[in-house]
Amino acid sequence: MTEVNIVNLIKNFSGMTRPAVDNISINIQNGELIALLGPSGCGKTTILKMITGLLTPDNGDILLDNQSILSVPTEKRNVVMVFQNYLLFPYMNVNENVGFSLKMKGDDPKVINKRVQEMLELVKLPDIGERRPKQLSGGQQQRVALARALIANPRLLLLDEPLSNLDAHLRDEMRELITSIQKKLGVTCMFVTHDQEEAVLLADKIALIFDGKLQNFAEPKEFYEKPINVSAAKFFGGVNFIELNKNTNYFDSSIGKIISNQKNVDELHSKCIATIRPENIKISRENIYQDNFFKGKIKSVIFSGTHTRYKIVINNLNLECSLQSLGIQNINKEDEVFVNLPKDKIWIMND
Amino acid sequence: MNQNLKKINIYSIYLGAFILVLPIIAFFINAFSFRWFYPQLIPKELSMQAWVRLKLIPREGSRTLEGFLDLWATNPTVIKALINSLTIGFVVTIVSIIIALPAARVLGLFNFKFKKLIIFLMVSPTILPPIAFVLGLNINFISLGFSGSFFGVCLVHLVPIMPYVVLTLTGIFANYNPDFEYQARTLGANKFKTFYLITLPAIAPGMVVAALFAFLVSWSQYLLTFLIGAGKIMTLPLLVFSTASSGNPALTAAISIIFIFPAILILFFTSKFVSGESSATSGFGKI
Ligand SMILES: Nc1ncnc2c1ncn2[C@@H]1O[C@H](COP(=O)(O)OP(=O)(O)OP(=O)(O)O)[C@@H](O)[C@H]1O
Ligand SMILES: [Mg+2]
Repeated sequence: MTEVNIVNLIKNFSGMTRPAVDNISINIQNGELIALLGPSGCGKTTILKMITGLLTPDNGDILLDNQSILSVPTEKRNVVMVFQNYLLFPYMNVNENVGFSLKMKGDDPKVINKRVQEMLELVKLPDIGERRPKQLSGGQQQRVALARALIANPRLLLLDEPLSNLDAHLRDEMRELITSIQKKLGVTCMFVTHDQEEAVLLADKIALIFDGKLQNFAEPKEFYEKPINVSAAKFFGGVNFIELNKNTNYFDSSIGKIISNQKNVDELHSKCIATIRPENIKISRENIYQDNFFKGKIKSVIFSGTHTRYKIVINNLNLECSLQSLGIQNINKEDEVFVNLPKDKIWIMND
Repeated sequence: MNQNLKKINIYSIYLGAFILVLPIIAFFINAFSFRWFYPQLIPKELSMQAWVRLKLIPREGSRTLEGFLDLWATNPTVIKALINSLTIGFVVTIVSIIIALPAARVLGLFNFKFKKLIIFLMVSPTILPPIAFVLGLNINFISLGFSGSFFGVCLVHLVPIMPYVVLTLTGIFANYNPDFEYQARTLGANKFKTFYLITLPAIAPGMVVAALFAFLVSWSQYLLTFLIGAGKIMTLPLLVFSTASSGNPALTAAISIIFIFPAILILFFTSKFVSGESSATSGFGKI
């Protein structure tokens, strides 16, 4: 129901040499679920707090449906945040917790009761209304917190590390619940995580942030296939990096000539870096490749069920390759192989 | 062995309690006796004469409801002192908590330069003998016209009270998570409702303890009331002293009972908040 625009947002804290949030702009479409992803201390919570109004930005603007909310007090923004540790009010039972925002609006108690029951059913906890927060498990607290946030019909729902306090099996369950409810209600939603897998599984789009700076804001797939720089690639599990020198229609590297059919070659500097995901590298005993092939040696073979990982060395350059275990040729340690970096799979970026 | 040790421990607790309670028992006997002198072990004659002289109980023969009301309507000194003590105690308690709350919040929630020094300065009145500062204060109070006034006495009571109140509330805030307030705000509660519905229930146990300290410190204040009150503000401790020096033990005992009774009552109702496990006192270690 709401389009969100974050424009050139900056926040400084005394005692920090760099801004905690450094000129970040993000556009979120109505009903989208987006992830703020980044390592600890990169400024994710600070961004959420500025959107709720608990912190005031030093510069920039936050717009909901093209209207700035900076001068609106927190309680009137209708931007609800679910904190990492749920923060269910200990002096109230579950019903009172969930109904809190409706009570603040001054709704009729009968209406509140009905809506609370609906919400508890939505999060699949219909029978715990009389309990106190202390009598709930972590997963239940999380769902009650979600119900309490959603009942307010927020224009924007903010979730701070929604899954980090849960056990692994609860995490999957909760992840599915969040996405299904979010899509069902169509609420625009932003969540914070430092776990790239979580971001990929949940989000329509990911904003990757390092040291307060936005690295890239794009669909999850793009972070795997077209990372913006080496640190972004590494954050998403990238392991293969090759330093390049740009030439007119090919690239020079320590292992030889590399060609690519990437479109944005003009934007690349003369020194740049190529990356390729382990599952996209091909190896073979015979030379069956047209271009981008190199002679290498297998350093190690690690069988891990469906996939087998090979460590390969080509002229002092180490690469990792991951092949489906089923139906591969018999390749062993110390074998000489031909390694192919397909030109449509290799990705070149500025450092 | 262990069992025996436990028994000894329990007996020693009883003994300690007995030693503490003994003088109070003596008070009671004294207050209701007539000429109880050494070496009599128990008084020869029980009597209400102390209470009659204090104009709290009417003379024999007129002890009806009207008799009591008529007597109290004459506004006996003891009742005046009791009302003064209570009013000063309540006013000072409320004012001290209102002043201390914001300070304690900052001291409990945040770390900053010189925090330890500020806490030290705040508690310094408790290690300074009152006589050391009250004489100086008295001169200022006289020139400001506070001397001999209810206001002046309340003001000077705040000096020994503030440290206890600030420290107790700081302990509470050291254990307090302000995110609960932020959560309430994002759910549509304004600042006032947030304080009332979220903050207050969380800090209430600490406030009870702080109020208890404040009231009792004010309640037992003698020197400060004596000097700043300049004889015009009569409170119970002052009355106890002046009666004691006049040398009538039964009378002194009766006033003393009136003096300690409210304190015991308050302690009785709030003791559960002062015990070690309560949230009111568990934050001290974190300050
Ligand atoms: N109130 C504050 N005063 C000073 N510095 C702060 C304040 N709040 C946050 N910071 C600093 O700002 C930076 C960003 O903090 P933030 O809480 O936004 O990180 P985060 O990305 O949410 O990290 P995490 O994943 O650990 O929660 C950190 O270096 C933090 O120390
Ligand atoms: Mg955070």
